[in-house]
Amino acid sequence: MMESCVTHAPSWSSQQMRGVSANQMPEMKSSQEVVIVIIINMSKRKVKDDHMPVGECITQVQSILRERFCHQKLPEKPQAVEAQHKHLLELLKRTAIHGESNSVLIVGPRGTGKTMLLKCVLRELLGDKEVQKNMLEVHLNGLLQTDDKIALKEITRQLHLENTVGDKVFGSFAENLSFLLEALKKGNRSSSRPVLFVLDEFDLFALHKNQTLLYNLFDVSQSAQAPIAVVGVTCRLDVLELLEKRVKSRFSHRQIHLVSSLTFTQYLERVRTQFSLPGSFPDAKFAQEWNASVKTLCEDKSVEEVLQRHFNSSKDFRSMHMLLMLCLSRVSVAKPTVNPSDLLEASRLCLSDAKADMLHGLSILELCLIIAMKHLNDVYEGEPFNLQMVHNEFKKFLQRKSNSMYNFEQPVVMKAFEHLQQLELIRPVDASSAKTQREYQLMRLMLDHSQIMEALQKYPQCPTDVKQWAMSAFG
Amino acid sequence: MTALLQHPGYEEQRLQRVAEQLPCRELQAGTLLALMGEPQQYSYPSIFIYGHRASGKSHVMDVLMSELELPNATVSCVECVSVPLLFEQVLLSFFGCDAASLLPRSPSLSDFVRIYKQQCSQSPAKETRYIVMEKSELLRDTDANLLPALLRLQELVEDNVTVILLSEIVWDVFRPNTGCFEPLLLNFPDYSKGELLQILSQDRHPSYSAEFYLSYINILLGVFYSVCRDLRELRHLAALNFSKFCEPLTEGKAKETDTHKLWKNIEPHLKKAMQTVYLREVSSLQWEQMQQMEERESGAVRGLSAHTHVELPYYSKFLLIAAYLASYNPARTDRRFFLKHHGKIRKTNFLKKNEKMSNHLLGPKPFPLDRLLAIFYSVVDSRVAPTASIFSQISSLVTLQLLTLVSHDDQLDAPKYKCAVSMDFISAISRTVNFDIVKYLYDFL
Repeated sequence: MMESCVTHAPSWSSQQMRGVSANQMPEMKSSQEVVIVIIINMSKRKVKDDHMPVGECITQVQSILRERFCHQKLPEKPQAVEAQHKHLLELLKRTAIHGESNSVLIVGPRGTGKTMLLKCVLRELLGDKEVQKNMLEVHLNGLLQTDDKIALKEITRQLHLENTVGDKVFGSFAENLSFLLEALKKGNRSSSRPVLFVLDEFDLFALHKNQTLLYNLFDVSQSAQAPIAVVGVTCRLDVLELLEKRVKSRFSHRQIHLVSSLTFTQYLERVRTQFSLPGSFPDAKFAQEWNASVKTLCEDKSVEEVLQRHFNSSKDFRSMHMLLMLCLSRVSVAKPTVNPSDLLEASRLCLSDAKADMLHGLSILELCLIIAMKHLNDVYEGEPFNLQMVHNEFKKFLQRKSNSMYNFEQPVVMKAFEHLQQLELIRPVDASSAKTQREYQLMRLMLDHSQIMEALQKYPQCPTDVKQWAMSAFG
Repeated sequence: MTALLQHPGYEEQRLQRVAEQLPCRELQAGTLLALMGEPQQYSYPSIFIYGHRASGKSHVMDVLMSELELPNATVSCVECVSVPLLFEQVLLSFFGCDAASLLPRSPSLSDFVRIYKQQCSQSPAKETRYIVMEKSELLRDTDANLLPALLRLQELVEDNVTVILLSEIVWDVFRPNTGCFEPLLLNFPDYSKGELLQILSQDRHPSYSAEFYLSYINILLGVFYSVCRDLRELRHLAALNFSKFCEPLTEGKAKETDTHKLWKNIEPHLKKAMQTVYLREVSSLQWEQMQQMEERESGAVRGLSAHTHVELPYYSKFLLIAAYLASYNPARTDRRFFLKHHGKIRKTNFLKKNEKMSNHLLGPKPFPLDRLLAIFYSVVDSRVAPTASIFSQISSLVTLQLLTLVSHDDQLDAPKYKCAVSMDFISAISRTVNFDIVKYLYDFL
C-alpha cells in the first residue's frame, strides 16, 4: 500500500496533495512516512516552478547558441558596423520610399558579416509597413545562378511576372530579357513599385558572358525607368576590375567596405557576448550562472592566450563561431559549464595540422619513401623525382644497414608509392600520365621539411635507424 | 566503453547499439554526436571528416544514421558521374520520388535549391537532415560552384541541413581560390596496432579458441604491418590465409599451443602472399585453390605480371631490342657499341658517368627513327631489306604500347619514339633470340 502511494505521489495535482494529511489516510502505518512523501513531492514542485532541471536548461542553451553559431541567427543590433549600417539603411530607404535608383557594393573578406549587415538592414527596412507593402525583393546568388538565362528565369519567378505559371517560367532567353526590360521600362519613378536586387557573390556574376545581366540592371538603375536598387555582396576587393567598361560606367561606384578593425580586447568582449545567454532565457538563475562562468572563462590566462592565437590568425566571426561551436559541443548535462580545458581542446582541434595527421597513419614503408624523397629534394634542390630514384635511394639506405627487414620487392614499393599519390602527398609534374611508364613519371613532394621531421617525432614506434637516416644530412 | 556515448537527445538503448558496432571509434562517434546535437537542434552547416582509407569514416556515419534513424541522404561521389544524379538522390531520400521527378531535364544548382526550398516549406525539417558525401575529393573535379554551394547549403535552402563530407585527402587542397564557408574539420586517426588486433580478432572462427586466432592475427600483423595498415586489406588477407594456418592442426602435426611451429609454418607462406595476393598478381580465388592443392608450391601459378610476356615476330623482337638500346644508351656511345671498326675511344673518357645520369633511373629517352634502324641493322646478324613489313612492325609495336610515339607534330618525316618496356621484359625477349643485352647497355658497363 505504502509503495503504491510513493509511486503515484509525483503525479498528483497540487490540490490533491494539499488535501492529503495523515489522518485522512488511516491505513498508513505511520504518519511520518506520508509526510516525507509529501515533502519530496513539494520540493519537486518548487523546483519546477522556479528553475528548470539542468538537462532542460542545457538543451535550451544548446538550441540558442547553436542557432547563433551554426544558423547565423541575426543579432539584435549589428556590432561595430554602425556607420555602414546607417549608410546602407539610408540608401535603401531612399529607393523604397522616394523611388530613387541606386547601386551599391558591399565588399569585405569572408566571414566579416556582410550578409548579416544586409539582412539586418532589410529587417529594419521591412519593419516599416509602407515599405513592406511597396517594395519587391529579388535575391540572386552567384553560386546558384551560374548564367544569365537561369538568373533571368529566377528574377521573373521572384517578381511573379505574367509569363510564369505556378512555379514554371516560359520563353527563351531573349524573350525573357525583352519582357523583363519592357516591364521595367514601362514603370516610372512615381507609379511603379521599387525593386531591390540583392546579388550575393557578385564577383561570379561578372564572369557571365558579356555581363548582360549586370549591364541591364545597372542601365535601368541609371535611366529614368522603374526604380531599382542593386546591392552586390562580394569578397573580392578588385571586383571593379572585373567589370566591363560600359558596365563599370553605369555603376554608381558606391562601395561599403567591411574591414574588421578589432583590437584584442574587443575580440575578447565579442567572444564573451557571443557565448552568453540572452535575458530572455527562461531560467534566469541558470542564465546568470552561465554568463558568470563565461565571464570567468574569458578572464582566464590560458584562455586569453589561446584566443590571442586565434585573433592573430583571423578576426572574422566565422572562425570564432567554429571555435565556440567546438567548445559548446563539449557542454553536457554531466558538465554544465565551459572550462578553460574545453577551449584549449577546441583550439587544438581547430589548429591541428591535417597533413601531420595523415603522415601519422602511414606505414613504415611509406614513411621510408617519404624520407628518401626528402633526401632527393635536399640533394638535387627540389628537382622532381620518379619512383626509380626514390627506390634507389631507399636501397642505398638498406645496403648500409646489416639486417634487411625492409627489403621489399619493387611492386610492393610501387603500391606504397601509389598510395602516397592517392593521398596527394606527392603529385605528378605533368598530367600526361598515359604516355610514360609509372615508374618513370616525375613527381613532386607536397610536404615541407619541417612537417616530415615533426611527423617523424610523433610517429608511433618509429625504428631508430629510420629516424637516424632522416636526421642525417645526406642520404 | 559505452560511457563515452551519452547524449540526451537519443535513446540510451540505441546509443548502446551504436557503441557495440563501433569498436575503437567511440571517441570519434562521441565527438560527432556532440557536434550534431539533439535532432531538432541546428548542427554546423558542413563537417569535413578526413582520415586514411578504412579508418571507419563511412562506417561510423552509416551506423549513426541507421541506428539513430536520422533523416539522411548518403551519396557516393563516385556514383554521381554528373551533378543532376546527385540532386536526384538527395531529393529522393529526403522528400520521396515526387520531389525528384520535379527536377527539369538538365537541372542547375538553382533548380535544385528551388525545389528543395519548395519541398521544405511543405514538409519542414523536424530533425536535422544530413547529406553524407563519400569520396568527396571527386567534388573538386565537377562544377566549380558545387562545392562552395554545398558547404553553405544550410544558408541557401534555409533548412536544418548539414552536409558531411568524407575524404582521404586533407581539406587544404579542396579550398576554392575565392574561399568558401569553412567546414568544421574532424580527423579520424589511423588504428594503432593494438586496435587493429582488437578489431581483427573479432571475426574469429568459432571452432578455434580466441587466443589461437589472436596469435594468428599477431603473426599476420608482424608480416604485413610495416607495409599495409589498411584494415580491409588486412582482414581480407587474414581470411584468405587462415586455412593454411590451421593446416598443421587438422593434420595433427601441431597443437594450438605450439606457437613457434605454427609460426614457422605460416611465415614463408605469408611472405609469399605479400608478393602475390597483396599485389593482386594472383586472384584470391586462385590463391585459395593453390592452398587446397598442397603438393603444388604456392606461387607456382603464374601471376598477372608473368603473363606480360608476349610472342613477337623475329624482327619485331630485334626492333624492340634496338629501341630499348636506343632509349637507354646515350647517342655518343653508339660508335663504341655497334660499329665493328670504331676509332680509338679512350676508356676513361668513355666511362665518365655519374649516377644522376643513369638512364635506368631517369627513364627512357626519345630517339629518332634513323637511329633505331641503324642499331637494328647492327644487332641483326643477317641482311634485312627495309621493306614495308619492317616499318609496319614498328608502328604495330606502337599500337601494342611497347613503343610510344613522342612527338605528334610529324608522322612521316623523322618520327621520334620512346621504348616503354621494362628491363625484365627486354631481357626475357633477348634471351629468346640469344642476344646478350646487358653487354650493350651503357648503364651496366
